[in-house]
Amino acid sequence: MLRLDSTLLDAVIAHARADHPDEACGVIAGPEGSDTPTRFIPMVNAARSPTFYEFDSRDLLALYRDMDDRNEVPVVIYHSHTATEAYPSRTDISYASEPEAHYLLVSTRECGIDEGPVEVRSFRIVDGLVTEEPVEVL
Amino acid sequence: MAIEVRIPTILRPYTDGAKNVEGNGATLAELIADLDSRHVGLRERLVEDGSLRRFVNIYLNDEDVRFLGGIDTPLADGDSVTILPAVAGG
Repeated sequence: MLRLDSTLLDAVIAHARADHPDEACGVIAGPEGSDTPTRFIPMVNAARSPTFYEFDSRDLLALYRDMDDRNEVPVVIYHSHTATEAYPSRTDISYASEPEAHYLLVSTRECGIDEGPVEVRSFRIVDGLVTEEPVEVL
Repeated sequence: MAIEVRIPTILRPYTDGAKNVEGNGATLAELIADLDSRHVGLRERLVEDGSLRRFVNIYLNDEDVRFLGGIDTPLADGDSVTILPAVAGG
């Protein structure tokens, strides 16, 4: 199960809406071993694409160095789908590389940049295997 | 002195869980071969057909090796190498 504060979830949804129709992406870091997301870190989608996302390589290094310095890990890795459901694509599954992270997907296909229904789902992706998990908003 | 290498979570099964390991080599290719001799299977996860895999980022100090010499990037004692899988998807 993913438990996260409503302000963090609101921040993820706001980012997804702002970047629609391109995919938005980022991390919510948290203390190592806690499984608790605490620090919202929106990232630039270097692909600037409605069908693909990738953290910029320099940003990625800076992000991991910063998390290491703070004894944090990427508890949540989030991204948006802007025309399809909030379920991991084949590409998402093949590139997933944080077996301990919660992969949070947001779909803005209905709301676009406006207020409106947003689909939010969370998954573990380990060795190509996708397992959906409940999201509890605190 | 050796070259320090930071190993990402997903590759730590190859290093008995170690976050940092040391290795030697005059180039990145030699370093990866040296690491693979003790951490068997690591090379396969980093290299495909003699080149670095597209969705694995390797940094020499602060620079992505793609902007240096790729797998032939020269290394020196005391360098620091960081391996990070791309965070990407569709």
